Amino acid sequence: MDQTVLIQSILIPAAQILLILMVLPLLIAYLQLVERKVLGFMQVRLAPRRVGWHGLLQPIADAVKLLIKEDTIPEKSDRFLFTLAPIVTVIPALTALAVIPFASESFTLFGYTVRPFITDINIALVFLLSISSLGIYGIILGGWASNSKYSLLGALRSSAQMISYEVPLGFAVVGVMMLTGTASMVGIVNAQKEAGVWYVLPQILGFFCYFIAAVAETNRVPFDLPEAEAELVAGFHTEYSGMKFALFFLAEYTNMIVVSSIATILFFGGWLRPFPNVSGLDFLENGWLVLGPLVAGAFLGWLVDQRLGGGLRLMFAGGIAGTALGVLIARSDVMGLASWHMPAVSGMFWFSLKVSFFLFLYIWFRGTYPRYRYDQLMALGWKWLIPLSILNVIGTGLAIVIAG
Amino acid sequence: MFRTEEMDINMGPQHPSTHGVLRLKLTLDGEEVAEMRPVIGYLHRGVEKLCEHRTYPMIEPLTDRLDYVAAISENLGYCGAVEKLMGLVVPPRAQYIRVILAELQRIASHLLWLGTHALDLGAMTVFFYTFREREMILDLFEAFCGARLTYNSMRIGGLYEDVPGGWTDRVRQFIDIFPSREKEYEDLLTVNRIWLGRTRGVGILKPEDAVALGASGPTLRGSGVDYDVRRAQPYSSYEQFEFDVPVGRNGDTYDRYIVRMEEMRQSCRIVRQALDKLPEGEVRAKVPKYIKPPTGEVYHVVESPRGEQGFYIVHKSGEMPYRMRFRSPSFVNLQALPLMCKGLLIADIVAVIGSIDIVLGDVDR
Repeated sequence: MDQTVLIQSILIPAAQILLILMVLPLLIAYLQLVERKVLGFMQVRLAPRRVGWHGLLQPIADAVKLLIKEDTIPEKSDRFLFTLAPIVTVIPALTALAVIPFASESFTLFGYTVRPFITDINIALVFLLSISSLGIYGIILGGWASNSKYSLLGALRSSAQMISYEVPLGFAVVGVMMLTGTASMVGIVNAQKEAGVWYVLPQILGFFCYFIAAVAETNRVPFDLPEAEAELVAGFHTEYSGMKFALFFLAEYTNMIVVSSIATILFFGGWLRPFPNVSGLDFLENGWLVLGPLVAGAFLGWLVDQRLGGGLRLMFAGGIAGTALGVLIARSDVMGLASWHMPAVSGMFWFSLKVSFFLFLYIWFRGTYPRYRYDQLMALGWKWLIPLSILNVIGTGLAIVIAG
Repeated sequence: MFRTEEMDINMGPQHPSTHGVLRLKLTLDGEEVAEMRPVIGYLHRGVEKLCEHRTYPMIEPLTDRLDYVAAISENLGYCGAVEKLMGLVVPPRAQYIRVILAELQRIASHLLWLGTHALDLGAMTVFFYTFREREMILDLFEAFCGARLTYNSMRIGGLYEDVPGGWTDRVRQFIDIFPSREKEYEDLLTVNRIWLGRTRGVGILKPEDAVALGASGPTLRGSGVDYDVRRAQPYSSYEQFEFDVPVGRNGDTYDRYIVRMEEMRQSCRIVRQALDKLPEGEVRAKVPKYIKPPTGEVYHVVESPRGEQGFYIVHKSGEMPYRMRFRSPSFVNLQALPLMCKGLLIADIVAVIGSIDIVLGDVDR
């Protein structure tokens, strides 16, 4: 085999996989910190502050703690399955990331073409749906192997819930596939670019069903019954500790990132900037030039607001001023910042921004909602989401036929 | 080959949502509760027996530790019982301050209930909001008597001391902002579809059952029985205040929630009236140095945040009671739990336990 081909087709993807595997745990550790900080803000308390400046090293401390913690295995558990379960849960979650494109345009690194995703297969969407269902095995194995009644109840709830919500999840994405005629992630985003509209508008019902089902699928509030601490202590991972627990945790957060990424790609134009076909907004390709001053201005305004006590007026003023400054920099290229432009980086910027928005929604839900009851959860899934998502498929089909 | 069997689960005594050391032996049919047997006694300290070996003033700190979430109500009930036995008349100022303290305590206790009840049902944010306000009340108590949980706030015949300077203004500040804070909790819960789904029609207690089981307090009133000790047998000059007694209609968890939310508003109302009409004068009646009540028996009830709190004292001679008995509302209300939980799902048990608002120190004594 030619050396270039070898590097191009094997070494680069391998390096990408390694990169994701190394970066993702860190990312998730910090996502956890963000979650705690945001929840702290919503709940009028301070959140972590002890380790590092404003708790910035807290995730590292937590990771170290999990690593050095005693790894207990209950005496009467099935040792083999008990150990296997976290692995079975975390592998499908990580595998799903293989087909998530973070941007589309390739770039050149040391003379080799690198694509900003591991692979683009033409059945990516189907692959994602099937691989995410596999995670249930780990949960039910873990719950059963623990030989604890609370774990078993949690595992049963979890599997029933995930299986029920697979159905509306699958139906919800069918609408998008019908519109684009492809199940490739890159293809779906490119179709949105051609259509000049994010699919959240024509597929609002589909998005609605998808997102609710996705929250349920990842076992997050308000659908976090499997680990309802008030009833089942901690659900299927009650008996787990140390790194095994950390793997379950990693899987849950990876799943959150994956479903948010799918939502972004299917309904919010993936790595496309807002209004991808309006050339007057081309400066948004360098989105950080606008967003950076916006956030900085709002933050400074907020700081002054805090000093003066009460009100958020200066925060909004600072935000608006920052935006104006940012637009000026990006449009007129005052400091030559805007002339440096790389499509892959721009794509990743917008992509991660949109995914962060969904992750923020997850946290927001957690700060707001009580928990559903088991039967209510099932009723919501089977009586509302499945009919609605089927209705969406039929409606989309009719619209396509009528529009020709 | 295939068969199903019922599963026994031990919920508690160490379980996050049994509010202390309550133990429930559950027989589950899937997620459904086939049978439930509460097991109590894990916090039994024999307080009633201890009282027989203590003089009357020494007993008051023990009452703090019965219902430790609402210690002032216990103090009020105990002091009231001894005063009744001795025929003491408490000065009006002391009576009013006692009312203010007891009603603030009712708000604090209900705030703790609301926070933990919501936390059990998964709404974690409410917990932090209610604790913010409970903290303000605890600060007021701290300013009054120096303690934040077990106050030992009263003395037989009145109060140990008058309230410190500026205290009434701080109380007024609190009741001025409290209604807006209460609206925050209601925004998060009262009309929330998930909350309604979790509480409406769950754990129904019929009025006749509630009366037959001797339930009291919000548990009784949630079932629609209009009975409040503060109005039925006024003590500590409660007859001089205007307040409504909220009652529920269906006797479900939601009604008990609504009743307690309304009670907090009414408590604010009572505190405001008491502050407006607060008389001047002494805060302690003339009490002999050694308290030796006449021989006799007395039973005195007060409306604690959990219900009808009774104190039964038999005195023969000397400085110590011959027999002492507490009628604790949590203990009696807990009897209604198996009845309310029959046929519910395991998640509902948590909601129902939360809605009867037991304190294990009060159940076990």
